[in-house]
Amino acid sequence: MFMTSAPRDFRDEELLADIIAGLIGDSRHVAVGNASPIPATAALLARERNGGARPYVSLLQSRKHNFFTDGARELFDCAGQGRIDVFFLSGGQIDGQGNINLVSIGDYEHPRVRFPGSFGSAYLYYVVPKVILFRTEHSKRTLVPKVDFVSAPGGNEPNVFREGGPIALVTNRCVFSFDRRKKRFTLQSIHPGHTLDEVNDNTGFDFDRPAQVVETPAPSRETLALLRGPVAQQLVEVYPQFAAQVFGVGARVSA
Amino acid sequence: MPKLTDTLDDALSCIRDGCMLVVPREVSGVPMAATRALIRRGVKMLHLVALPTSSLQADMLIGAGCVETLETSAVSLGEFGPAPRFSAAIVNGTIRMKDATCPALHAALQASEKGVPFMPLRGLIGSDVLNYRDDWKVVDSPFGSDDPIVLLPAIRPDVALFHAPMADRNGNVWIGRQRELATMAHAADRTVVTVETIEDRDFLDDPIMAAGTLPGFYIEAVAVTERGAWPLPLPDFYPLDAAHMAEYARMAATPEGFADYLDRYVHDKRAA
Repeated sequence: MFMTSAPRDFRDEELLADIIAGLIGDSRHVAVGNASPIPATAALLARERNGGARPYVSLLQSRKHNFFTDGARELFDCAGQGRIDVFFLSGGQIDGQGNINLVSIGDYEHPRVRFPGSFGSAYLYYVVPKVILFRTEHSKRTLVPKVDFVSAPGGNEPNVFREGGPIALVTNRCVFSFDRRKKRFTLQSIHPGHTLDEVNDNTGFDFDRPAQVVETPAPSRETLALLRGPVAQQLVEVYPQFAAQVFGVGARVSA
Repeated sequence: MPKLTDTLDDALSCIRDGCMLVVPREVSGVPMAATRALIRRGVKMLHLVALPTSSLQADMLIGAGCVETLETSAVSLGEFGPAPRFSAAIVNGTIRMKDATCPALHAALQASEKGVPFMPLRGLIGSDVLNYRDDWKVVDSPFGSDDPIVLLPAIRPDVALFHAPMADRNGNVWIGRQRELATMAHAADRTVVTVETIEDRDFLDDPIMAAGTLPGFYIEAVAVTERGAWPLPLPDFYPLDAAHMAEYARMAATPEGFADYLDRYVHDKRAA
């Protein structure tokens, strides 16, 4: 168990965006679905780290950061050809085998709770090489032993065409990596201010633990400068409320 | 040539009870004025296909009792929260749900566009989305060895309905980069379009306009309906009305509130 002693000079959103930008790494094309401001921040940060040239960033909710001209199907056709390297998915439930549930709780035909639906997950999870799972509610309610409905599975039998899948799960408490062969998560790092006991107590699935658990590094000064400068400015167009709330830029829109 | 009209109800007359109706996703030109007109008319037992997702439109049609079957990949009010009438209808078992995934709907409409009976799609195997769809099949690819792949039967809607910025005097409709609207029209037997304006020219005479134009050949009727997507956005023309969406989310949270919403914004406003 450890606690950070240094004073915090960054926000949780900045830490999460920094982690995700690291997972994106050097990629050609990152796509971000709707209502995903932190992954969008991370994708724009990854691009700013490369001088704004790489990767291509497609924010599906944006008019400006979206080059598709062949309708809503182009994203999926693009992904099917391997032209999208990184995508983000989440779930009302995520289990230890990397299965995600975006549909319902309880029996599918008589559910207790209904979520919006699977969106493109039952396809994109298979064809995008790096899928980053992201969920800011890390609890036993969301991280479960077994999902009630498999919108998209973490892995498949070896004969099923599968070029893509999960590489990691980023939560408000920690980062897990995912081993596709073993279909299991391994704890990678715990965020400053959080503890191993807390992660153990709030995770409903079994996962591997390294011999020594490290703390998620805080964002560097250079990273914070990029986030608060060029990245924040670009977010105003697509996530005005988020940009105002986190970075204090742009005008707040009443909703 | 399509019928050009100022009378919305006239244009919508081919949308009959029990028909399969395809509508576009929440940001591509959703015909909300037409949706309110259909609710006023009391259309029933629709098989609604939302390509590939929906927000306010599906939620309102479900809440108003117009939908028997819903075929889509997700219904949500986005940043305004869950779609309350949709969620309640599923939990209460009052509609039949055909859960899909976005590219499956695009592909199944593309099959109709091409006049072929099915389209193959990657993914899906091992997903419960596939397990609950007895109309989808898994076959071994005839061009591979031990390569299972999903086949989706073509979706051929009776009617496609959407809102677009403008039509010309010959009933050609400019859709810009919202190309899935063309796929819907190509796949459906009939297409009804509402537009902001009708311009006195021919878009096909101008190569820049022509590239974003759906030819009138595919269209049954065009009705002029200003702000016809409100409170949803018309891309590049007007944004979403956030205050109204928040009001809807609040009111539609209960059946009584939803009924009040319909009274206030649908039944009391004949022209809205």
